[in-house]
Amino acid sequence: MKIGVVTFPGTLDDRDAARAVVRGGGEAVALWHADADLRGVDAVVLPGGFSYGDYLRAGAIASIAPVMGPVVEAARGGMPVLGICNGFQVLCEAGLLPGALVRNDVRTFVCRDQRLRVEDASTAWTSAFETGQEIVVPLKNGEGGYNADERTLDELEGEGRVVFRYLGGNPNGSQRDIAGVRDASGRVVGLMPHPEHATEPGYGPTEHGGGASGDGTDGLGFFTSVLTALASA
Amino acid sequence: MGRVLVQVMPKPEILDPQGKAVSAALPRLGLEGFTDVRQGKRFELVVEGPVTPAVLAQARRAAEQLLANPVIEDVVSVADADAAVS
Repeated sequence: MKIGVVTFPGTLDDRDAARAVVRGGGEAVALWHADADLRGVDAVVLPGGFSYGDYLRAGAIASIAPVMGPVVEAARGGMPVLGICNGFQVLCEAGLLPGALVRNDVRTFVCRDQRLRVEDASTAWTSAFETGQEIVVPLKNGEGGYNADERTLDELEGEGRVVFRYLGGNPNGSQRDIAGVRDASGRVVGLMPHPEHATEPGYGPTEHGGGASGDGTDGLGFFTSVLTALASA
Repeated sequence: MGRVLVQVMPKPEILDPQGKAVSAALPRLGLEGFTDVRQGKRFELVVEGPVTPAVLAQARRAAEQLLANPVIEDVVSVADADAAVS
């Protein structure tokens, strides 16, 4: 299965995301922001970083980059898409996910091993987990405050579309401790923390006992889940 | 040459950490009495000719579709820069 990893100018975590795809058992395909098509991939990861220098708003310029036309179209057609950190911001700006990410309420960049609760293990990217399971993956952002109006938040909660919630303290002022959400289909998922940095023993989180895996590889489940979703499609 | 000014502000209910940081820094300069600061953005869109109603309409579209994110920001004004100062 081919998983595309998009690189925008200013993307930082594309190599780690591609490596995570491979560790999960997929084939990683590099996609460039100026690409007009998706090179036949079965799913797409929008990785973290500071696309276009976070100019205007984080993810705003990237959301209308040439490659995003086919990504949005494919996502609406059911292709699994995962947005991590800046990728989450891009998905919100592109209108594939509701809400927006604003500057952390603590006014600082936050970098730490973050405990999360998986609130929905039914998505294309989380089926390897159990609903309610606690995982630990790195978090690193300056603009991770998830915001949406009350009606949207109620709707997200009512439809079970909050996929991840922060545990052990809200790091950035996200409303209702929301760390990640999904679209109505459960195939488009976005989150601020970084599962791709937690896929290899010795290179992932060491705090909180290294997470559920015990060796800092809790993020691997994202990249195995999508292969399961694609195989059963 | 015409110029259109577009002003964008964070919605009142959205926390503005930049404004808060500025607000907290003012007293260090002895500037007391400002109870709050909110920080927004000002864009200047330049066109070759004069700022016609059609240009303003285009600028309004630019403001709503790209310059501001309606989830967190309001477009406060879209105006001819020269008309604004006169």
